[in-house]
Amino acid sequence: MLNYDIVVVGGGPAGMAAAIRARECGIDSILILERAECLGGILEQCIHTGFGLQYFGEELSGPEYADRFICRVNEMGIEYKTDTMVLDVTEDKKVYAINKTDGLLEIQAKSVILAMGCRERPRGALNIAGTRASGIMSAGTAQKYVNIDGYMPGKKIVILGSGDIGLIMARRMTLEGAKVECVCELMPYSSGLTRNIVQCLDDFGIPLKLSHTVIDIQGKDRVTGVTIAKVDENLKPIPGTEENIECDTLMLSVGLIPENELTKNAGISLDRVTSGAVVDEYRETDHKGIFACGNVLHVHDLVDFVTQESQIAGEGAANYVKGLKNEAKYITTKGVGAVRYIVPQKVNILNEGDVKLFFRVGSTFKNATVKVSYNGSELISRKRPRLAPGEMENVVIKNDMLKGFSEGGVIEITVEG
Amino acid sequence: MNYDVAIIGAGVIGAFAARELSRYNIRTALIERCNDMAMGTSKANSAIVHAGFDAIPGTLKARFNVEGTALMPKVCKELSVPFKPIGSLVVAFSDEEMKTLEKLLERGNKNGVPGLEIYGREKLREVEPNISEEAVGALFAPTAGIVCPYELTIAATENAVVNGAEFIRNFEVAGIDYSGDTFTLRSADKEIKAKIVVNAAGVYADKIAAMAGDNSINIIPRKGEYVLCDKTSGSLAKHVVFQCPTPMGKGVLVTPTVDGNLLLGPTAKDIEDKENTVTTAQSLAEVLEKTKKSFPTINTRDIITSFAGLRAHEDSDDFIIGKSAANPKFINAAGIESPGLSAAPAIGAYIAGLVRDELGADAKPDFTPVREEPVRFRNMTNEQRKALIEKNPAYGRIICRCETVTEGEILDAIKAPAGARDVDGVKRRTRAGMGRCQGGFCGSKVVELLAKELGVEVNEITKFGGNSRILYERTK
Amino acid sequence: MTRNITCVTCPMGCGITVEINENGEVTSVSGNTCKRGETYAKNEVTNPQRSLATTVRVNDGVYNVVPCKSSAPLPKDKIFDCMKVINSIQAQAPVKLGDVLAENICSTGVNIVATNHCPAK
Repeated sequence: MLNYDIVVVGGGPAGMAAAIRARECGIDSILILERAECLGGILEQCIHTGFGLQYFGEELSGPEYADRFICRVNEMGIEYKTDTMVLDVTEDKKVYAINKTDGLLEIQAKSVILAMGCRERPRGALNIAGTRASGIMSAGTAQKYVNIDGYMPGKKIVILGSGDIGLIMARRMTLEGAKVECVCELMPYSSGLTRNIVQCLDDFGIPLKLSHTVIDIQGKDRVTGVTIAKVDENLKPIPGTEENIECDTLMLSVGLIPENELTKNAGISLDRVTSGAVVDEYRETDHKGIFACGNVLHVHDLVDFVTQESQIAGEGAANYVKGLKNEAKYITTKGVGAVRYIVPQKVNILNEGDVKLFFRVGSTFKNATVKVSYNGSELISRKRPRLAPGEMENVVIKNDMLKGFSEGGVIEITVEG
Repeated sequence: MNYDVAIIGAGVIGAFAARELSRYNIRTALIERCNDMAMGTSKANSAIVHAGFDAIPGTLKARFNVEGTALMPKVCKELSVPFKPIGSLVVAFSDEEMKTLEKLLERGNKNGVPGLEIYGREKLREVEPNISEEAVGALFAPTAGIVCPYELTIAATENAVVNGAEFIRNFEVAGIDYSGDTFTLRSADKEIKAKIVVNAAGVYADKIAAMAGDNSINIIPRKGEYVLCDKTSGSLAKHVVFQCPTPMGKGVLVTPTVDGNLLLGPTAKDIEDKENTVTTAQSLAEVLEKTKKSFPTINTRDIITSFAGLRAHEDSDDFIIGKSAANPKFINAAGIESPGLSAAPAIGAYIAGLVRDELGADAKPDFTPVREEPVRFRNMTNEQRKALIEKNPAYGRIICRCETVTEGEILDAIKAPAGARDVDGVKRRTRAGMGRCQGGFCGSKVVELLAKELGVEVNEITKFGGNSRILYERTK
Repeated sequence: MTRNITCVTCPMGCGITVEINENGEVTSVSGNTCKRGETYAKNEVTNPQRSLATTVRVNDGVYNVVPCKSSAPLPKDKIFDCMKVINSIQAQAPVKLGDVLAENICSTGVNIVATNHCPAK
């Protein structure tokens, strides 16, 4: 049995930022466990630029953004094991993991930070009719084939889903000589960034078909085509709008799901909307000393926010190990109406600092007002020129406000306009 | 190449025929048109071992079902294939359907099905707590169970190969000649000669029979579509839960699978095209609607995939098993629809008996009925895992996270007798890619391992043989 | 001539209309809600530029390719010319993040630099 103060599950941007922050807070005994061959997580295959504008004030590619943290992890001498898969995290913070060199690892941690990231929603979840031919893959899988393995996964492509990964892959495949026939989006709006719609689709004349979906896939061995159709306001295909498109590949970019199997097995409570753990402002779950951050907690739009959130979790874990955090009086947060969720779901009012509440809306707004209330009375009202489901929003609850709250209170966020 | 017997079709019937034949000093070839075994009906069905009360007494279906089901526990043990005798329930939603249950009970008794019992409302709810409030009773059959049909087929094939049978992939029989005492089976570019041919060609059994001059068979592919739910739903049903049968089949069922998923389906639709395993939106909606009648709390959010399979329905509505009237050296195992999986061990043994008698062959003294159990890392204790990785570090690397499949298991699957040659073959043998991410993460790693083991470039690896390549050329 | 542009400087995504005279000079910008939008729109019609990120072939590396990017934005209409040049480069492992893989690509004054490490096999 090995012993560490903090074990970080996952060596992507979240895990690295959390570990670095915990070290900065004075914790020496930290171990990062990463399932891939190297640190960096999904950033390693996100070779496009656009990362780091918020955090570093520069436009970096995914590997470059990751490398800054990898260098820091190395400089600080933080221990990590790659090619190592965590099989189980127990309630009493034992971590079981395996790799080829150590075999089965049993680690007793004082604190655990869960930073496993997320996975893509597969085809089956959509129940698209048709054949089971080769050539149907998630955009992230295709991204790995092109950017890391250096192979073309397709040449004539239809992309379903206009999330950022789908848009980025439309451009990426086009640059490599593939023909992207169109990007279909079920919703009447894209969940991708405007910049990506302009620079990944418009620049290359790739049509974005809003309110469209793929209803059939053809091809016995390899995909030979798909049928797309327009959908009505209930998202049901409208008969007569079917269109057949010849292609050899269908790429799916239809959503991300936090990878919370370990969290579930540890008996940690999950939020039904985020599919991540229920946490407080330090991203501590309802199991004392177990923290969660990054996309395993809720799917983020920008990695910069993942970094910031993970630093908070790293600090929380360090405080926990040092025995600094003792008392807690919680209020809860609640998204109302168009506000789908808020992270954190609860806030300790004894906290010494300000608390940032992150939330996402379920539909697009222009010139909206974000209203924050405490036990029904309005606290904050902020104008927002634009709100979109693809973008994470936040409001800050100042510490003096927190001081005025009492245990069991409820903060609600709504959007009007 | 010359064989004593050539079996056409490596589905569950062909595999069991090969396995049973390998008990004797008989040179056996198991011929498959695809890149792997279990590529037709045997990979996409309800995965049920039926008790045997459905078939009309006196039919081959009734006989082989009851015999096969009785053999199943022993056979599965020998082949190291999980078989769970969880029992089945046929649920009635009206007094009229309760009368149908009485008829099924009577028929089952005539067929020699042991332990049948009719449950009332309370008893049903006690044993199947999530069943619909509308259910009024059920017929319970304790001998029914669940088994993974392709795992069974793969295991039987491996066992046959270990005992000397040859597994020949990618040989699509295009013509059959018979000259005096030898059949010549021709594919586009190869020939195989055999003294006896066993026709286990599934939905193509009629075409194959016709090539040998037997025009008595007519197979109509009857499509069934299924929905598979994540393991989080697996415990919703405790038994194989049927609704009352219709003329088209046994109706929709809800059942846990041996791997702990929940399986819903099938639809039943007669079609023309023997290759049409396309799923349709209407049918999938139909499956959900109908199965919700049995279990209203089925959660569509837990669906991870859907698939379709073709049942080989013969006009006579019964199995056709035995020597062809056109040529006694040509043995049919045709029209094998449900309960074909249940019947397979018995059909295999029966056919092997016919061939043995025809050839006057002796038993092989060194026949081993046991197929060694493959490593199943996910089912092991941590102690076992520790020992395993110490022995072979390849078991210390997880390739498929969702199903906890190690590199070692994937290498085993490729190196096995009649091992995997493509991504789907690895998936069926190890479950890599069968979990909730459906291969999103592990697919590319499986491709890499296959390429390395088979000594080819990664872009030569296919999903399931033929032109189902996954990658094109290098980007640069 | 009139050009309609979607501004990408912030998530607002304003629709901006730019009028250009026959000399290619911008005569008016409308629809923007901030100054940055105006600057973006003017650049977008007179000298549109894009960052390019792709991969370069690596010989004897642990990976077949290494990711790279343009050290500064490139003229939009030269992107595919640059891709052609980049596709012809063969880097020798080991490649280090920041290594210049191509200098002054297509005479743009912009370099192509590696954005990750690729150790030798």
